[in-house]
Order: sequence, then structure tokens, then C-alpha cells
Amino acid sequence: MKDGKIQVHYLTRVEGHGNIHVEIAGGELRSFRWEIPEAPRFFEAMVRGQSYADVAHITSRICGICSIGHTLCALQAVENALGVRPSEQTLLLRKLILHGETVQSHILHAGYLAAPDFLGAPSVVPLVESHREVVLTIIRLHRLANEWCDLIGGRTTHPINAVVNGWTSLPTEEQLSALRTRIEAGLADAWAIVEVFRLFSIPDFRRDTEYLALRHPDEYAFYEGDIASTDGGTTPVSDYRKKVIEFIVPYSTAKRARSDRRPSYAVGALARFNNNYEQLSPQARKAAEALGFRPVCTNPFMNTVAQVVEVVHALEDSLRLIDLLLARGLRREDRTVQVRAGHGVGAVEVPRGVLFHEYTLDERGLVVEANLVIPTGQNHQNIEDDMEALIPQVIERPQEEIRLLLEMLVRAYDPCISCSTHLLEVEFR
Amino acid sequence: MKPRVAIFDFGCCEGCQLQIVNLEEEILDLLGPVEMVTWREAMSEHSDDFDIALVEGSITREEEVSRLQWIREQAKTLVALGACAHIGGINCLKNRFDLEEVRRAVYGEYAEWFDTAPTRPLEAVVRVDAVVPGCPVNRQELLEIIKALLLGKKPALPTYSVCVECKRKNNVCVFDKGLVCLGPIVRAGCGAVCPSFGNRCEGCRGLVPEPNLNSHRGVLAQYGLNLEEILHFVNLYGGCQAELASLQGREGGLR
Repeated sequence: MKDGKIQVHYLTRVEGHGNIHVEIAGGELRSFRWEIPEAPRFFEAMVRGQSYADVAHITSRICGICSIGHTLCALQAVENALGVRPSEQTLLLRKLILHGETVQSHILHAGYLAAPDFLGAPSVVPLVESHREVVLTIIRLHRLANEWCDLIGGRTTHPINAVVNGWTSLPTEEQLSALRTRIEAGLADAWAIVEVFRLFSIPDFRRDTEYLALRHPDEYAFYEGDIASTDGGTTPVSDYRKKVIEFIVPYSTAKRARSDRRPSYAVGALARFNNNYEQLSPQARKAAEALGFRPVCTNPFMNTVAQVVEVVHALEDSLRLIDLLLARGLRREDRTVQVRAGHGVGAVEVPRGVLFHEYTLDERGLVVEANLVIPTGQNHQNIEDDMEALIPQVIERPQEEIRLLLEMLVRAYDPCISCSTHLLEVEFR
Repeated sequence: MKPRVAIFDFGCCEGCQLQIVNLEEEILDLLGPVEMVTWREAMSEHSDDFDIALVEGSITREEEVSRLQWIREQAKTLVALGACAHIGGINCLKNRFDLEEVRRAVYGEYAEWFDTAPTRPLEAVVRVDAVVPGCPVNRQELLEIIKALLLGKKPALPTYSVCVECKRKNNVCVFDKGLVCLGPIVRAGCGAVCPSFGNRCEGCRGLVPEPNLNSHRGVLAQYGLNLEEILHFVNLYGGCQAELASLQGREGGLR
């Protein structure tokens, strides 16, 4: 392509509204940008004056896909502000439902939204005819994940019973055993998806990138940990503002972020894989080997493959969590907390990367100030930096091919745009 | 000719259109009798020629008004999908604040770059033919409503309160557990899902027809809530519902 513009207005098969603009003149890249025109919703403002007990239900509504992650992150931040550490049972159930959401979201993205690119289809709809078995396997896994979250959380989107310091209702041991059986069957389906992804040809593009993810000494971190970087070192979550530095650009309602070391960085499945590969479950490690996938991988298109590996991990690790819950027996627990003024930060690895919630509460437990840092917001600058590196490498190709590749690049990050447009720091004076 | 269906979204979490995906295998049955022509979240193709528009989200910027009006002009049937589209939902919390101040507080010196307006439900801007209530919508109710529309019927929503469904499920009354609940004044259809999982009804489905608000205000006060706490509670999802102003004992919108 020698001269011309690529304009993708409202990129499809992503959650939320994003536009791609590229201008090429005389065979050279003149300008490019990744724009977010999504309407801002001002969540940090909306929670002001609300009770510590309602914050999780309100911020859950930031995102339909990762509402469980937002709920848990809000609860963690509030509990830190109140100086509460929930019971082992509460934490095991939180980790279990978080795995359910990871499977739901990753399958939605890898299966419904990204797979059509690799199979040369504009959406999953024609695949129902051409690749019926694959689609049915994807649907089975998706249904399993949703019914798993329905069981633990009352509802897969905007969970009902996860509250500060516990749960307002518990599954029965029989229900957990039945879920365990279904998850075992789900592992076989996940392997079928691994086999499908082995056949896909992933675009070959690499750019040296810093990857941030939570790290925990005992497990492949999802629910909690310190902030680890592939550049080395860890940062405690309470100091996240030292590592994650937000900024604004005029053409995007979502704030962006850089690290303390680099002008951009990436979060998400690939970032977790790159930081914590050694802690993946045995079958997930095997899946990665089958896919010829090793850390540190700096190809952003491989994020979707990392999601497939994490599906295997989340399923296998959930068997362990259920065994622990069943061994200890489920019981109703005291959820009372002492309300006090305080400040707390929560951090959870949601499907698209590390999420931060930060709240300051007054002595009545009402929110005085809030800050939310969303994974997709952290990735926006990295997406643009990838575009800058990728376009010159493919500039000789036809316009349509460049357009599809750029769309696939953005889609690989699985951007959750309605989330990231709430990345609005509010300071009331 | 199969009805041509398009899905659109305004300010929201997109969790209601996710419930369409969450119909799992049943979505394949739906794809038989209808033709999906526009669904940005799931499809690359799109068409401006459609019969049924499912619209989620609330209007939160002036520039969105004309887009919604355009959708209204194209569609034979416009369906408000979920609480944000139906009653404004959680987005109405924004309306409690001075928007100019909020915008400046959020974006500082860059405030001019970013437009915002008071949150409005769809029917504050255009005529709405049918509603799927809830935050998020209930998958089975969504399916029933879509079926009714395909048969050319006007979908019927329950006219009774969440309490009826709660009693049917033999739940212990939320008030008897020492909590407060909006179940008595909120439209049923969710299967009382929140009380059934140990929580309270927070009113995401909107009010029943002719709710006895004064009586319920008295009940909430009897259970120890002061006026400020009552308003916080009913405003969680319902802040754009004008009827709720009577809870405050005077005319005018809630702040």
C-alpha cells in the first residue's frame, strides 16, 4: 500500500467502542492512532458517598464480562480499608468463582470473537455450519463456566452473594461434587480447543515489551499477589501508583498507563504466562508445550493462545480448590466487620490483566475517594506502540490485509473498552 | 422474510447483550427464525436495514440522542434491553452530582475534551415498544420476550412485586433477617434471584405499576433507615425514575 487511509470506525468483535486510524503516504507511515470514543460513565464519582457494603455491587456494573473480578477486587480493597482478612473458605470460593469467570471470558474471546479470524470468517455465525463440532465444544465450555458462576455467585453476570468478609449463601457439598465432575469433562473439551488452536497460524510479530502481572509465592496468581514485571522485581499492591502511572490523551475517553520504567507495558493472559509460567498446572504446562509456546514470548497475537492455556489451568486448578472445600466441609461463618475510617487497595488478575481498586472510607464507611485502574486502559498505549512497530513491517501489503492484521492485533488484547473508559481518577476538593 | 435483528449499545457494561451469548445452545435455535444483521460485539458485518432493534445502555451524552433517534426511525420495533436502557440503571448515580464539577474533577484541565450529559433512559428520548427489565436481564425472560415479539405479540411483564416470587420460593423474608429490601415495590420476573441467594432486592427491574411508595417509605423507616439512607437505597438503580421523588415527600427529582 503506497498511499491511503485505513479507518476502522467501531472495531467489531470487541467489548466496547474503539476506532483505528492509519495514514500512509508515499509508502511511509504518516500517522496512526487507537481511539476510544466510548461514553465515560464516571464510576469513581458515582461511588462517592456510597456505603462500603454497596461498592462491590456498583462497580460490578463497570463490566458485564468481568463483573466477578470487579466485585472481588472491590471487596478486597474495602476489606483492606477495614483491616479484615476473610476466612479460608471465603477465599477458596472466591478463587473458584474467579476461575469460572476466567474460563467464561477466555472462551468467549478465543472461541467466539478471535477464532473466526483464524478460520477466515467474519463472525462465529457461519462457523455453526462449517465447523459445527468446534462451535458446540466452545458452547459447552461457555455453558459450563456460566453455570459454575451461577452456582457459586447466584448469577454469572453481576454476582449476588459475594459480600464484604464472606458469602450470603453457599453451595451445597453435593452441588460442588457435581460441579467437579462437570469440570473434569470440561478439561477434555479444553484439550479439544488446544488441538484446534495448534492448527491456527498466528501472525509472526515480536516487539520487546514489559509485562506486568500479579505474583504469589504459592500459586499462579489470580486472586492476589505482588506486582511482578518481566523487567525484574516486584512491587507491593499498596504501592501500585509507583509502578502504574496513568495519563490522558485527547482522543480517548479511557486513561492510559505507563510503567515506572517504560512508556508502555502489557497486562493480560500473556503477561501472566510470561511472569508465572513455572506455576501453571501440570496439564496447562503440557498444553503450552503442545502449542509450542514458551516464556518470555513478546508476540502480542499470542495473548489469545495464552488464554487457551489458562483455560486448562483454571479448570485443573478448580479441581484442587473443590477438593480442599469438600475436605474441610462448608459452613456458615460470621461476616460481621467493624466499620471504621480507612484506606485500602485491592488487586485481582481479571481475564484481561491486573485490575486495581482503591478506596478511602470515612468513619461511617462511606466512600470519600475512589480510583480504579482497568487492564484494558493499561494496554491502550501498548496497543498503539505495537501498531507503530507492526505497520512498517507490513506496509508493502494490500490495504485490506493491513486493516485485518491491525484489527486482529487489537482483538488479540481482548480489549474491554466499556471497562477502560471508567479509568477516571477523581479527586474531589 | 425473516425478521432482521440488530443490537445496539449506549452507556453500559454490555452485560445484557452478553446474556444473549449466554443462552448457549439456545442461541442456535434463535438464529433459525431471525436474521442477525448488526451486532458489533460479535459480528464484523452490519446493515442499516433492520426490523427489530435491541438497545442496551442509557443516554449519557448529547451526541447519542441523534443516533438513538436514527435507530428509532429504522426499526419497526425498539426494545429496551436491561436496566440502563429501561430505567437508567446504575448510570443515574451520576445525576446526583453537578456534572460540570465532576467532569472537571475527572479530566482536570482536559475537561473540555470530554462531553457528558445527565443520564436518561431510552424512553426519555424516543418511543420504546418493549422492555426487558433487570441488571442484567434474565436469560429465560429475554427468550420469552423475543419469542413473543417474533409472534407479533406485545410481551407481558408481571404486574406483581418481587415478594410474590420470593414467597413462592419459600424464602425467609429479607426483613425477618434484619435486612431491608425493595421487593414490595419492585416488578417481579427475576425469580426473586437476589433474596434467594441471601441478599436483598435492590430494585434493578423498576417499580410495579402503582407502587405504594409512602407505605414502603414507612416500612424502611421502621427498620431504622433515615431519609438519606432510604434515598441511597432506592437510587442505586432507580435514580432516574420520577415516581421515586414522592419518597422524599415533595415534588421534584431526587438528588
